[in-house]
Amino acid sequence: MFELIGIPPQALFGQLLLGLINGSFYAILSLGLAIIFGLLNIINFTHGAQYMLGAVFTWMLLQYAGLNYWVALIVVPILVAAIGVVTERLLISRLYDLDHLYGLLLTFGLALIIQGLLRNQYGISGLPYSVPSQLTGGHNLGFMFLPNYRGWVVAVSLVVCLATWFTIEKTSLGAYLRAATENPTLVQAFGINVPRLVTLTYGLGVGLAALAGVLAAPIYSVNPNMGADLIIVVFAVVVIGGMGSILGSIVTGFGLGLIEGLTKVFYPEASGIVIFVIMVIVLLVRPAGLFGRAA
Amino acid sequence: MKVRLVLAAALLAATSLSASAQQLSVKLGVLNDRSGIYSDLAGEGSVLAARMAVEDFEAEKKGIKVEIISADHQNKPDVGSNIARQWIDQEGVDVILDVPTSSVALAVNQVVKEKNKIFINSGAAASDLTGPQCSPNTVHWTYDTWALANGTGTAMVKNGGNTWFFITADYAFGHALERDTSAVVVKAGGKILGAVRHPFPGSDFSSFLLQAQATKAKVIALANAGGDTINAIKQASEFGVTQGGQALAGLLVFASDVHALGLKTAQGLVLTEAFYWDLNDKTREWSKRFAARNGQKMPTMVQAGVYAGTLHYLKALEATKTKDTATVMAKMKEMPTDDPLFGKGEIRADGRKIHDMYLFQVKKPEESKGPWDYYKLLSTIPGKDAFRPLGEGDCPLVKKG
Amino acid sequence: MTTISDSEPHARPGEGERLHQIIFLVLAGLLLVAPFFVYPVFLMKVLCFALFACAFNLLLGYGGLLSFGHAAYFGAASYISAHAAKVWGFPTELAILSGTATAALLGLVFGALAIRRQGIYFAMITLALAQLVFFASVQFKFTGGEDGIQQVPRGKLLGLLPLGDDRTLYYVVAAIFFAGLLLIYRIIHSPFGQVLKAIRDNEPRAISLGYRASRYKLAVFVLSATLAGLAGATKAIVFQLASLTDVQWTMSGEVVLMTLVGGLGTVFGPMIGALVIVSMQNYLASFGAWVTVIQGCIFVICVMMFREGIVGKIAQIFKKPL
Repeated sequence: MFELIGIPPQALFGQLLLGLINGSFYAILSLGLAIIFGLLNIINFTHGAQYMLGAVFTWMLLQYAGLNYWVALIVVPILVAAIGVVTERLLISRLYDLDHLYGLLLTFGLALIIQGLLRNQYGISGLPYSVPSQLTGGHNLGFMFLPNYRGWVVAVSLVVCLATWFTIEKTSLGAYLRAATENPTLVQAFGINVPRLVTLTYGLGVGLAALAGVLAAPIYSVNPNMGADLIIVVFAVVVIGGMGSILGSIVTGFGLGLIEGLTKVFYPEASGIVIFVIMVIVLLVRPAGLFGRAA
Repeated sequence: MKVRLVLAAALLAATSLSASAQQLSVKLGVLNDRSGIYSDLAGEGSVLAARMAVEDFEAEKKGIKVEIISADHQNKPDVGSNIARQWIDQEGVDVILDVPTSSVALAVNQVVKEKNKIFINSGAAASDLTGPQCSPNTVHWTYDTWALANGTGTAMVKNGGNTWFFITADYAFGHALERDTSAVVVKAGGKILGAVRHPFPGSDFSSFLLQAQATKAKVIALANAGGDTINAIKQASEFGVTQGGQALAGLLVFASDVHALGLKTAQGLVLTEAFYWDLNDKTREWSKRFAARNGQKMPTMVQAGVYAGTLHYLKALEATKTKDTATVMAKMKEMPTDDPLFGKGEIRADGRKIHDMYLFQVKKPEESKGPWDYYKLLSTIPGKDAFRPLGEGDCPLVKKG
Repeated sequence: MTTISDSEPHARPGEGERLHQIIFLVLAGLLLVAPFFVYPVFLMKVLCFALFACAFNLLLGYGGLLSFGHAAYFGAASYISAHAAKVWGFPTELAILSGTATAALLGLVFGALAIRRQGIYFAMITLALAQLVFFASVQFKFTGGEDGIQQVPRGKLLGLLPLGDDRTLYYVVAAIFFAGLLLIYRIIHSPFGQVLKAIRDNEPRAISLGYRASRYKLAVFVLSATLAGLAGATKAIVFQLASLTDVQWTMSGEVVLMTLVGGLGTVFGPMIGALVIVSMQNYLASFGAWVTVIQGCIFVICVMMFREGIVGKIAQIFKKPL
């Protein structure tokens, strides 16, 4: 049967597995974005630049401080999250009472600044970063050769996504957060420091983006533009999944990876825009997204 | 009013005096990508190369005053053609140099032709510049898609790589590179097993590499450039492509790309270039002087081409003693070229600069003796064989016969 | 939560008409003499983008709809206009009209799809549709991929006036821009415009008053797309080039920037914004990536402290609508 489609089943499985790996990045990134939008109503256009900062800081940590990948995995997300927290306190928080548009424009401007500064400093050819020695090599799965590092990426993202989902949906901290978004005044009246909660949540979302950047550094070219074209795809994922839904963005992220993987086999030129076609269809049929709550 | 008349008269006298002293004043514009994917292989380095040419030629002493300006075309044909137009209309630029990125080069080629100035292109790959789009005002230095295809394609087929699979960037340049190389491979007796087109710019090539591995083609050719090539090579190393026995051919790779990749990842890659800093004593001497002023980065072939092209232009200027475009262009084509970087060569009627091309292979890390020691020379393709034959290009300037 | 329109000084219909007439006269005068002082090609670029920004502002500032994909109409019109002039041999004015008509058609189809949703979802649909146009531009042979359509002939206006000379073409472009601006002014200050503003400020109330909000929104969407297309089609003739830059989403971002800097919801704002941004890009061209950084800083400063934009600020100071 598969021969009719023109591709043997093993090759198909290989492509699907690769798609799943790419989906991991989409999942972590859209998770961060969904948290920030779903819970804070901020359209964080800086997300792509924060992802890129994660990768660049990983490189810098090795280049200037000699600290390896494993240190970077912990340190870099915290570092970038801290920067995110500062921007939130200084700039973004002043826009909460205004139209969403302004938050979007502000974060878009911030992204331009970050990208431009790093481009001036480091050029665009890409900074070399190798796969950490513990994760080199791979296994021949029969239908394809799977590099160990890529397997690691899938594992980490699944763990992180599930942990985040669990925290937000099942713990009391998550409950406070969700309550605070729906009715900040009431929650504040209960004595919970809502602005601080909001800031920490923004930091969490940014940290997730940076984590994706650390994961990306050994396999994708670390260059200042790496987040720029990715950001609109991630937005599309979040919109399809449902702007408020954590689970939605995780599932859609992995799902998009799979669909993109299939597209690369049958119609590779279109693999860049298949997400947008899906988004238009979903938005017309189910306006709140696949898992979203109707506003 | 009287003061103005006196001033005007004085100016007139001064200019006629300077004319008799044969003081030529020219303005050169280096137009390239200063902030995007090609900023490392050309960028500020090309401006430096042009300056070095002016200094080495001792233009001041020979009565030629040269001013050099530069701008960033951002790899966009509209920006590039705008700057070229403004430079010529407003700033009095006489010669435009460099211009990597074929789409921009073609647009600038048109503007320069319309305004009858000179265009010495060093960075672009489009063989159309000496083909259907050829112009009496344009010299295409360094390299083009035909020369690259011919170099890498023929050589690899001769070495046993007779089945090919292409990973091509889905835009005009990528298609052209794939087309030219396919033709060469088939002519040399090889077989094309397939091709896959990836969106430009791409970031993840794992899927396409997997498809390439599945075909078991002996050669996987990358018909793309810049960041795409770097990413593809990096990921090929990750997926063990070369360990599996398939050879990777980068159809357009610069020394700056290899520098960005590192030898561990790029080792074994076969590529064609027109210049390498470590080729001979003359190139070494010049490159070390260049690197000292370029943050210890060795020159790429594009930057070398800017130096050599500027030098040749200045020689022609000295000989003709005039800025007139047609005269200078004729002189440049009449005089054989000779510089320490490309050796001896000539400029053909269609504007194509002829010189030897070189087939290189990237060294293994243990074979390299120091920074920038990246290539070993596999073979030299003599100039007369390296470029598309004069009559085959459909250039209207060349009479068929 | 305040909306975009709150930054605009609220005006009663008819107020400020005197002032506006004077401004139009002064503008006409400036347009007439400008090419003798400033490089005409630069001026034409400013005018094309000014028209683009004004068209965008019609949708955002007065319609209250943020479109992330306006480059689609600008770029598609640019390609059709270029192709018509170069390959089909259309006379210049017909080439521009074909481009504009294409943009109108695209606006109708995309608008009908997009206005079914609101807010950020509306914006995302417009972005997605624009990306489809970008993809189509890369795939279709006639667009020439990243080379674009080059060597577009400037031709003759109405078969009589050769447009090869920059100054002659400038006057044609200036006339197109001025006509476009006048049209936008009339639209805004008409009963249609009043209803539009009502819908923007409070859609449920407008519907309860009996107005078919979706009809009005679609109408302004198509108008905005058409005028954006006019700008794109003209641009292709001026620069004799249509390229992928015109359909990229970053172009959509730039027009937002121009409108924001100039003044959202003001008539004369976007034109000033276009002048500022195009000039900046022009004079800082040799600084490479610093242009991106500066544009980012302008975005941030405008959003944080300068939301009304240049003309909006002036309007606030003089307490007159602009």
